[in-house]
Amino acid sequence: MAYSEKVLGHYQNPQNVGTLDKSKSNVGTGLVGAPECGDVMRLQIEVDEATGMIKDAKFKTFGCGSAIASSSLATEWLKGKSIDEAMTIDNMTIVEELHLPPVKIHCSVLAEDAIKAAVNDYRKKNGMPEVKFEESVIH
Amino acid sequence: MLKLPIYLDHNATTPCDPRVVEAMIPYFTNNFGNAASRNHPFGWQAEEAVDIAREQVAKLIGADPKEIIFTSGATEGDNLAIKGVFEMYASKGNHIITCNIEHKAVLDTCKHIEKEGGEVTYLKSTPDGLIDLAELEAAIKPTTILIAIMYANNEIGTVMPMKEISAIAKKHGVLVFSDATQAVGKIPVDVNKDGIDLLAMTAHKMYGPKGVGALYVRRKNPRVKVTAQMDGGGHERGMRSGTLNVPGIVGFGKACELAMNEMEADAKRLSKLRDKLETELMKLEEAYINGSTKHRLPHVTNISFKHVEGEGLLMGFNKDIALSSGSACTSASLEPSYVLKALGLGDDLAHSSLRFGLGRFTTEDQIDYTIEAVSKTVTKLREMSPLWEMYKEGIDLSTIEWAHH
Repeated sequence: MAYSEKVLGHYQNPQNVGTLDKSKSNVGTGLVGAPECGDVMRLQIEVDEATGMIKDAKFKTFGCGSAIASSSLATEWLKGKSIDEAMTIDNMTIVEELHLPPVKIHCSVLAEDAIKAAVNDYRKKNGMPEVKFEESVIH
Repeated sequence: MLKLPIYLDHNATTPCDPRVVEAMIPYFTNNFGNAASRNHPFGWQAEEAVDIAREQVAKLIGADPKEIIFTSGATEGDNLAIKGVFEMYASKGNHIITCNIEHKAVLDTCKHIEKEGGEVTYLKSTPDGLIDLAELEAAIKPTTILIAIMYANNEIGTVMPMKEISAIAKKHGVLVFSDATQAVGKIPVDVNKDGIDLLAMTAHKMYGPKGVGALYVRRKNPRVKVTAQMDGGGHERGMRSGTLNVPGIVGFGKACELAMNEMEADAKRLSKLRDKLETELMKLEEAYINGSTKHRLPHVTNISFKHVEGEGLLMGFNKDIALSSGSACTSASLEPSYVLKALGLGDDLAHSSLRFGLGRFTTEDQIDYTIEAVSKTVTKLREMSPLWEMYKEGIDLSTIEWAHH
């Protein structure tokens, strides 16, 4: 199976690899997946408390090239968004942007879950109720 | 100059040796006859070529040419041996013993046998990819008709103790079948010394063409029979009907002759290269060799690089190096290799494995290039692996409650 140019691009030059200080109150961390499934994604957001906008996003991913590309793309999209806007990022937009084949859709779902988990972590830390969302079931 | 891409997936298939291709060519055009045409020179020529190839194949495994049945490959050989013995020896019993790290062509054939009313015992592989002989002997019962154990494993390259297995089988009057696809032409295989009654092999794993193989069926001590699984003109002593693939068979014969002459030197050279590759890659932290390093093929190694995922790893260099991984992120089930899991590897290590299969045309330059590319990619991916970060922080990954999907 050949990878799309976009997946290859993110794999070769991943954007925003790294770690934010998870002890800070304005940092939200989402860790999703499991080593047994061959995919673990950790996505972190740092929120500007004055504006409520995401000013930084970082990821680390254990997984195939499509999983790495999905998380790299997600961090790019998160920067400059409000936490509410972040919750609207849909996995299918990632699929379309990266031209993921059907067997790799689960990678995009994982990225969407990681975004939601990171936002919820931030909300919890800051006394806001967690946003409920439907558990994805395809992976 | 190093030519890319480099091929290190010789357990999947091998290139045809140019000398094999050369031997085959006349049998596509001028000498195109049907080996079963008894009444004209075209047929005679084809038959003679097949006879020579049959001798070359037989010689490589220490058999008599009359004991060689040409097939389309090892999958057909596995089917013919297992189903053929099951049907032929039905009056004697219905129990077959095999192992859980066999190739799918054996395991799925055994599943089929179970549906047909047979009973199959799947021995558990030991953690180093071999079988426990005491367990094997304990599994034998009065109804046991066949022990089906591979000669060498395709994923980890471990070599089974065939002599000991056949000694136990003989003691209990049970036949031994071995899928020797990965072993024949790579290490010495002798059906008499090894005590094997049926043996499947294929040409394309030993520098011959795809689509041709053979099943060895013992004719003496004891005389073994299998029922045909393909009905028709009664070719191959009635055991395998179908017009013989003459050019393929000629190529297979040539490949066997070359292996006979060159396998010892090849094995010596390749085990040195393999050891260099392995020693260098094992310098990376948290790298583990899968399967026994004592009993294994000279040209194979299978290594897990903890905390990086195999398919992601391959992507770092698969433009330039052809390798295989035990991870199967593309399959619907996302299940990693059943062979590695049978060895008792956790799913995380099974997902992190690479299989290196060297071959006749592998050079030291290629190995040096591979060492560098794999080491670089492992290091790069670990830098972006959350598991590696946790490991480095001293977090026990097994204490984390993962969101299972």
